Amino acid sequence: MSIMEYNGGSVIAMVGKDCVAIASDLRLGNQALGISSNFQKVFPVTDRIYVGLAGLGTDVITLRERFRYRVNMYTIKEEREIEPETFAHLVSSTLYEHRFGPYFIEPVVAGLSKTPSGGLKPFIAATDLIGCINFAKDFVVSGTASSKLFGLAEGLWEPDLEPEDLFETISQTLLNAVDRDAYSGWGAVVHVLTKDKIISRTLKGRMD
Amino acid sequence: MNSLVDRFASSSSNSIFNAKNLHVVDEDDCSDGAWGSQAGFGSLAKGVPSFEVPAVPDPSAFLRLHTDDHADPSCRIKIQHGTTTLAFRFKGGVIVAVDSRATAGSYVASGTVKKVIEINPYLLGTMAGGAADCQYWETYLGMHCRLHELRNRERISVSAASKYLSNLVYGYKGMGLSMGTMICGWDKTGPAVFYVDSDGTRLKGDLFSVGSGSTFAYGVLDQGYRWDMSDEEAQELGRRSIYAAGHRDAFSGNTVNLYHVKEEGWQFIGNYDISQLHYDGPGNVAGSPGHGYGYETRVGGLSSANPPAVEAQA
Repeated sequence: MSIMEYNGGSVIAMVGKDCVAIASDLRLGNQALGISSNFQKVFPVTDRIYVGLAGLGTDVITLRERFRYRVNMYTIKEEREIEPETFAHLVSSTLYEHRFGPYFIEPVVAGLSKTPSGGLKPFIAATDLIGCINFAKDFVVSGTASSKLFGLAEGLWEPDLEPEDLFETISQTLLNAVDRDAYSGWGAVVHVLTKDKIISRTLKGRMD
Repeated sequence: MNSLVDRFASSSSNSIFNAKNLHVVDEDDCSDGAWGSQAGFGSLAKGVPSFEVPAVPDPSAFLRLHTDDHADPSCRIKIQHGTTTLAFRFKGGVIVAVDSRATAGSYVASGTVKKVIEINPYLLGTMAGGAADCQYWETYLGMHCRLHELRNRERISVSAASKYLSNLVYGYKGMGLSMGTMICGWDKTGPAVFYVDSDGTRLKGDLFSVGSGSTFAYGVLDQGYRWDMSDEEAQELGRRSIYAAGHRDAFSGNTVNLYHVKEEGWQFIGNYDISQLHYDGPGNVAGSPGHGYGYETRVGGLSSANPPAVEAQA
């Protein structure tokens, strides 16, 4: 029995043209037994950063609170909002602090970062459970359906997708990947971050 | 003469087929398999089934090394570990309902598996455990049921058929066969259901459910079961029970296959998508509740904790 598969669940993030998307399923299980179909794994950090936490359910809640505390402390000390790159490093160091007794979570970060010229640049990253960061230019995945998500994303993703097309791509990728995973599914939620709005939608997924 | 033709001409003195070159191959030298496929039953040509065994001191330990999914979850030799199957007897016959998911570890290998094996027009077998074991031995059982008919000029009883299977698998006990099956049919005694598994257990009963989702199915089944159900009620109960298992159990799901065994033989009732059952129900069929099975459809909008579902806005 793997602790990473104890509760199940999956997260994915994708880059589009001046936008990013992050999505997750809604299942919380106790191994084969489905417990909840409304377990959120993706949380807002700032107006322009979302973090997805796939892995052990108890650590999803603990880490969410820990990140909230650390981001608040950062904001107070720096007197400004944290940037996605900085937040990714904060996630990494928080996880590495527990190198020899880790949180069983592989986080995914998605956000829009400020450029020196005043524009916004899409940013995504994922780390392993002890904080090794993967800065990807296309998409990042995590959770029990990660291998299936890689396959679908590899096939469906293309560069410079507009927000609505990115929404369709990430939704189809997630929905079809979790249908091939016994431990993920039971509904899904998608967030698309653009420069002027955040589109959040709950998807109707297979309920088996 | 053309030298090639010459070689094969029976009149030619240097033909490779002339008497002195022709040596009779001993029958035992070539296996029956050399004559091509015999639908997997080639080993029966001499009467009793025989299987090639690995040339090691302990063949069953060797097999276990390559099939034990606890030691190696990625092992593909046995799929079908998660399943929900059920069968129950009632006034109007036997209802047989199964899911259609096959998993290998956490991977959903297929969502369209036929877990009801149609042994003959009045006998059905269900599939849980090793897919190949169930398929092979229940087909084999079908051959012997036919031989019984030819020998005795009457159909085999469900009891006799299930006993034939249980005695057969008992002969392989400890060698790694894995099956949990229900043999269902209608004979002189009326509707009958027998549970047979690879340990050699054989049980007669009114109601059985087998597989990882069986506890969920039993919950719905026990609650709704009565002997004097109408055909429509019974079919709905079978459908609803498999849905419950498909919903809660990660290793069961995709679709429901529903069969009804009556005096004149079995009848396939239908194939139902479990997600569709959740949201919309079985559609316009006998016994349908007219709405989805999912509890959201029953609680939505009825309390402040369950506000009506909001359609996604653009």
